[in-house]
Amino acid sequence: MSNIEDLKLELKKNIIEVLNLEDISLEDFGDNDSLFGDGIGLDSIDALELIVMLDKDYGIRLSDPKEGKKIFESVEVMAAYIAEHRTK
Amino acid sequence: MVNGTDVYGTDTLDKNEFFKRVYQFLGIKYSKFFKMDNLSKLAFLSAEFVLSETPSIGKNIAIILSNNASSLDTDRKYQDSINDSENYYPSPAVFVYTLPNIGIGEISIRHQLKSENGFFVFENYNTNFHYHYENNLLQNNKCNSVLAGWVNVDEDSYEAFLYLVSETGEIEHTEQKLKQLYNE
Repeated sequence: MSNIEDLKLELKKNIIEVLNLEDISLEDFGDNDSLFGDGIGLDSIDALELIVMLDKDYGIRLSDPKEGKKIFESVEVMAAYIAEHRTK
Repeated sequence: MVNGTDVYGTDTLDKNEFFKRVYQFLGIKYSKFFKMDNLSKLAFLSAEFVLSETPSIGKNIAIILSNNASSLDTDRKYQDSINDSENYYPSPAVFVYTLPNIGIGEISIRHQLKSENGFFVFENYNTNFHYHYENNLLQNNKCNSVLAGWVNVDEDSYEAFLYLVSETGEIEHTEQKLKQLYNE
């Protein structure tokens, strides 16, 4: 498995655990599923948790929370952003 | 126990597991439940039992709850996330539950209630306060019924006692009756 595939799997596991998504399984969680709205169904508080997760797990600090809207589009997009910007 | 009848029992006393099992027992689908803190989960589940018994009660239901520990159980969890300046990651999802009345909000969202509500902190369940407050709301036409009681979570202990008061209830609403039901 490539590093980016490992990262996507890690992200899915972390998102399910940190955001308490008890009714979503790894099998149901597609790489390109929209994280908000009709996809996985995250809300605005979840978005803030994702910002904390980026900082805590990958050393990425978003100076503008609005950046999150694009970065948190899907696990595919998140993984690509993290792979490029991570400091840990 | 609902209206004097045992409706669910389990050998587990761990609150996280217990609340999850009661949620599954109720057979409801409400994914936001798993994001709630333990005080809100307990208030939410207790309200499910009471309100499902009275489907025709309408939406003009005030909510008056009280407890001893306020939101201390969640406050501690949040404090733990900001204690260490080297590992300072305050959780927004925990922070939003650092008030006891958030549980009332969760019940209101679930049952689409836009009514009077209040959460009070007392040393013990205060029947005198509850009796007068609930009566006052009904007598002043602030609502048609009141969902009220005691919901407390602190570390390993948890306790919920909820009831519905209305002008047409079968059991007389008195301070002594509240005391009796609470102690049963």
